[in-house]
Amino acid sequence: MYIIDRRLNPGGKSLANRQRFLRRAKAQIQRAVRQTAGDRDITDLERGGEVTIPADGVREPSFRRSGEGGVHDHILPGNKRFVEGDTIDRPPGGGGGSSTGGDNGEGEDDFRFALTRDEFLDLFLDDLELPDLAKRRVATVETQGMRRAGYTVTGSPVNLALLRSMRNALSRRIAMRRPKPEELLRLQEEIECLEKQEGPSDQLTALRQELEQLKLRTKRFPYIDPLDLRYRRFEPVSRPVAQAVMFCLMDVSGSMTEHMKDLAKRFYMLLYIFLTRRYKHVEIVFIRHTHEAKEVDEETFFNSPETGGTVVSSALREMQRIVEERYSPDSWNIYAAQASDGDNSPNDGSTSAALLRDVILPVCQYYAYLEVGSDSDRMQTGFINHKTSLWQTYETLQEQGANLAMRKVNHRREIYPVFRELFRRRDAEAGARVP
Amino acid sequence: MSLMEHDHLLFQGADWDFGLIQRIHDAIETIGVGEMGLDVYPNQIEVITAEQMLDAYASIGMPLFYKHWSFGKRFALHEASYRQGFMGLAYEIVINSNPCISYIMEENSATMQTLVIAHAAFGHNHFFKNNYLFREWTDADGILDYLEFAKGYITRCEERYGHAAVERVLDAAHALMSHGVHRYPRKKRPDLRSEERREKERHLHLEQTFNDLWRTVPTKGAAAKPQLSDERRRALLELPQENLLYFLEKSAPRLQPWQREILRIVRQIAQYFYPQRQTKVMNEGCATYCHYRIMTRLHETGQISDGSFLEFLQSHTNVTRQPEYDDPHYGGINPYALGFGMMQDIERICIKPTAEDREWFPEIAGRGDAMAVLRDVWANYRDESFISQYLSPHLMRQWRMFHLVDDPDQPELRIEAIHDERGYRRLRRSLSRHYDVGWSDPDIQVIDVDLAGDRRLILHHHVLNRTLLHKDDAQRVLQMVANLWGYAVVLKEVEPATGAIFQEHVAHPHETLF
Repeated sequence: MYIIDRRLNPGGKSLANRQRFLRRAKAQIQRAVRQTAGDRDITDLERGGEVTIPADGVREPSFRRSGEGGVHDHILPGNKRFVEGDTIDRPPGGGGGSSTGGDNGEGEDDFRFALTRDEFLDLFLDDLELPDLAKRRVATVETQGMRRAGYTVTGSPVNLALLRSMRNALSRRIAMRRPKPEELLRLQEEIECLEKQEGPSDQLTALRQELEQLKLRTKRFPYIDPLDLRYRRFEPVSRPVAQAVMFCLMDVSGSMTEHMKDLAKRFYMLLYIFLTRRYKHVEIVFIRHTHEAKEVDEETFFNSPETGGTVVSSALREMQRIVEERYSPDSWNIYAAQASDGDNSPNDGSTSAALLRDVILPVCQYYAYLEVGSDSDRMQTGFINHKTSLWQTYETLQEQGANLAMRKVNHRREIYPVFRELFRRRDAEAGARVP
Repeated sequence: MSLMEHDHLLFQGADWDFGLIQRIHDAIETIGVGEMGLDVYPNQIEVITAEQMLDAYASIGMPLFYKHWSFGKRFALHEASYRQGFMGLAYEIVINSNPCISYIMEENSATMQTLVIAHAAFGHNHFFKNNYLFREWTDADGILDYLEFAKGYITRCEERYGHAAVERVLDAAHALMSHGVHRYPRKKRPDLRSEERREKERHLHLEQTFNDLWRTVPTKGAAAKPQLSDERRRALLELPQENLLYFLEKSAPRLQPWQREILRIVRQIAQYFYPQRQTKVMNEGCATYCHYRIMTRLHETGQISDGSFLEFLQSHTNVTRQPEYDDPHYGGINPYALGFGMMQDIERICIKPTAEDREWFPEIAGRGDAMAVLRDVWANYRDESFISQYLSPHLMRQWRMFHLVDDPDQPELRIEAIHDERGYRRLRRSLSRHYDVGWSDPDIQVIDVDLAGDRRLILHHHVLNRTLLHKDDAQRVLQMVANLWGYAVVLKEVEPATGAIFQEHVAHPHETLF
């Protein structure tokens, strides 16, 4: 008998099967993921979890009998009072035959299974992107990078391609018939042997001569020669600028109810997950404002409470200051997302509009404005289209042709669809724009 | 407990190590082979983790298998229900191979490992080696090598022809798996070892020859072409043929060699598993009976403690529990319970027969040597014949079995037979029919091919008991058959006695698929 401990074998043997399964059901899983994401707490998104997809797409059909028609008979254990010939009323709902329908355990039920965190987020964020990432204006001012490009015969020692060099040396030694050390050794031993036996001297001389020659040959063809050396070659390539910064501007003034703040935070949380997972080089700047604006870290941005009046232009000014200080529009792609309940102090409207139009929008690739409303607003939107002051301001800007996206959400269910709308991949548009 | 008795104990407590597994195996071997006369393949016991067990579940218990999305689906399904605690994992998985591989889980206690080794490494192992179906239909020596070959072959196909193309063939083959077995012995015994070599030979052969049946080049002179007689044509195509995969592999005109080989692989594997479906009750009954005997003997000889024995009994009774029909947990007849019950009943009949037993089972009643009778039973029966032969009135009474008939033409359900003198034989007959795969699988056969016309393939479903095929599924599978066949396929559901056609399904191939 053998006992084999398989516990240390690498796990995940069925990973390839799982990938095939996910690929097969991708469309359905994606739909399910989006549905789940809508109901889910956004902080939970990073956790992966269960999704349910309709069983239809992953059905494995076979020739099997339907449960209908024909006489069904059952042998059952545990008879208590029946005798032969008794009749029983059919149990309500379908009759006795129905229970034998899905005999191989494959009912018509939905298929439930768990996704890992990575799988979940990949599917969740699939086909979202920051619009216009390569800045057209700076496309000519490229950064330089290095790329491997074959081998070269000169280079610095750090770039020595050892394997390639040794291979060259070996082939050269073979081609030149450089004597092998064993060969020399054998010859030497033979000579010593003959010397001891004091055999015929002409054979000894011949051998000695041969040894001499081989030694000379060994010296002439070195083990490794500068000819053999190869170095890894790098060539410079220019890459378009792909560094980006996202400004998150959030209104935390007193007019924002808890519900609105919650919506705004959810939106930014989603944005944050999206950016950190999708892009390696995206910096995020958090700015929150009441009547004055402050740059904060992400912890403060999402968690700490504050209250006060509302001056939107303060946030825009803060953004302007930071851009000037750290993110030169020449080498950065700049994005901004603003969330607010739409209230602004009456005398600030024109200031904000001017600031946005003249300073912010020209440096931005994309500016998204998200207006959060209270839960009850939703009912009224149908007949009285109440527009907030900020919305009106921005709408005017948009009509003037500013690159500005505006959406309104009232309920957390709407956040994800709106987010998708704002950041969905615009292949068609992008294609049209590229000359 | 005296010191002396302590010395005999194989283990105390729940911990185990590899040395202990070896000692347990040896102790069981002494009882199983020495006392019970079991005849087993050499054992190979592999310790695995829960995750690996889930892996094994996903690929129908086999240690290596080709890749397919359906296994990923199964894994996801098992994993979800396992993580939520709806499902416990099996304590073991055993593979019909030589050497016989049993997987045991690392978290089992020492007692459970003993139970598992007795159950799988001796009970199932004996059954695999001796039952006639397994001997006839499976090749325990070759299966692992064959799976290795199959896995490699399919991976190479994926690399060469793309995942999607291979997946389509596999999907179709899997759908036909239940109709990809030979039910009657063929001239040659299965020999999986030479499959890899034969694949190459077939390939060569195909390149050198071509099937005249499919000649499409018009010959000179219209009258020159001799018409094959219907008989001759059917004989050439081996019709009627109930092994659909075999027929498609051999005769589908438009398949590539690699596609045929994939059909063959799936067919071989279906054939390998075919005996398992027919011997569920016996196989589990045999293994359960063996572990029960062995554990009892270990306890009697003082090799396991009272505590361990109780632990064993608890899980044993869990496994062999049969809820009654009105119990909310009732989910059909438990093969472990029925199998174990019948084995014990045979033992009782051999040793302490009643007058009734002598009348019903004259050949074995009072024979005394129960093991010899059981070994003979395990070797020569399958579930259907086993039940129709050996289900005793005693057991039917004990289980209080009754036969319920649901006739859609009648307004009410009827009790056809119960556990009394008038009912025993009818009960037994209809229970054994439940285990007849010929009865439970729809009988579908390739009847003919319209060679002169549009090459339409004609299948018949011989309708039994007025139960038609599941319509949706039948249409899907038929579509796959059409894709493999390359031309239209028609499936007629026929009443065998009168020849009346209930229903006709037609499928045309998607030209783009292959």
